[in-house]
Amino acid sequence: MWKKIYIWLDERLGFDDMYKMLLDRPEPHGNWWNTLGSASLFLFIMQGVTGIFLTVYYTPSPDHAYDSVQYIMNGVAFGWLIRGIHHWGATLMVLVVFIHMLRVFFSASYKYPRELTWMVGSLLFLLTLGMGFTGYLLPFNQRAYWATVVGTNIGGVVPGVGPFILKALRGGTDVSALTLSRFFSIHIWMLPATLAGSIGLHLYLIMRHGESAHPTLDD
Amino acid sequence: MASNRISRRDFVKVTTAALGSIMTVAMGIPVIGYLIDPALKTESGEAWIPLGPLENFPIGTPTPFSFTRSNINGWEKTVNSYGGFVIRESDTDLVVLSSVCTHLGCTVYWLEDKQQYECPCHGAHFTAEGEVIDGPPPRPLDEFEYRIEGDALSILFKKG
Repeated sequence: MWKKIYIWLDERLGFDDMYKMLLDRPEPHGNWWNTLGSASLFLFIMQGVTGIFLTVYYTPSPDHAYDSVQYIMNGVAFGWLIRGIHHWGATLMVLVVFIHMLRVFFSASYKYPRELTWMVGSLLFLLTLGMGFTGYLLPFNQRAYWATVVGTNIGGVVPGVGPFILKALRGGTDVSALTLSRFFSIHIWMLPATLAGSIGLHLYLIMRHGESAHPTLDD
Repeated sequence: MASNRISRRDFVKVTTAALGSIMTVAMGIPVIGYLIDPALKTESGEAWIPLGPLENFPIGTPTPFSFTRSNINGWEKTVNSYGGFVIRESDTDLVVLSSVCTHLGCTVYWLEDKQQYECPCHGAHFTAEGEVIDGPPPRPLDEFEYRIEGDALSILFKKG
């Protein structure tokens, strides 16, 4: 019965081909440092899932953002868990992505033919930092507010275009309702979409070139 | 002997499936609880709402009254309005009706010339005592429990 269903689906979807194409490739000899990319992907998915669930109760308006987060923490069953995972997962993701980047750098895995993988990876790191920066404002507590005041001020000291960057980031001259709603939009739509696309490209390049073997003493 | 040993590949498969299932259940149950939590909360409460001295409600004609109740929903306070009619038949004998139509919850109003309540949504009519005359309502208008202390009339508001 299950066998028949599987065969029916496989003839149409091609599980076996997909498996061969996506997963069945030679790996260099086991090394835990090589698992950091998968760990980053796992964290990205985890952040996506918990983030989607947080939007059920979160409200991106200065009047309600703080209260809605308090409600998630104290009023909703397991709200503390969902937000806790999102909160700590965010910190962990920045850390894991950065260590992943260091691993690639020190094992010189960015060299030919993997330059593009490295470039897309660098973009992924910056996007991850962007997620951290925009997400930090959303609880709208004192720390979030002032961190955003300082963070956007840093953009404001760029020579020449500084004031423009500042206003573009804040949606005006002040950190306001406009800042909160545009950070929310960037945090849940723009950056995740860009991240997902870039991750797809990153994974495609890894499948195409395989993972780099660690250099041995003889190399 | 060899048949009792699990191959490395099978071990990895089983371990991955087991850990994956544990993680799915460990996350799935809290997530379901998180999503349906508002549906599991019961909000109930009753309160005596003072409607003022009896002389405000003349004998014979239904006199409208209204009051508001606030409710905390999540992080926000919601204020709902309620209303009804007091029908005094004698000094102490009275009926307090809710103005919520028993069909789909629209607010009925009193037609002085016809001596009927009319519902604006589907044109149902009720007698002054709340009995259905025509239209789709399945039952008479709901009554409020009331008490009279001295000269002051209060009704019992029930929620939940």
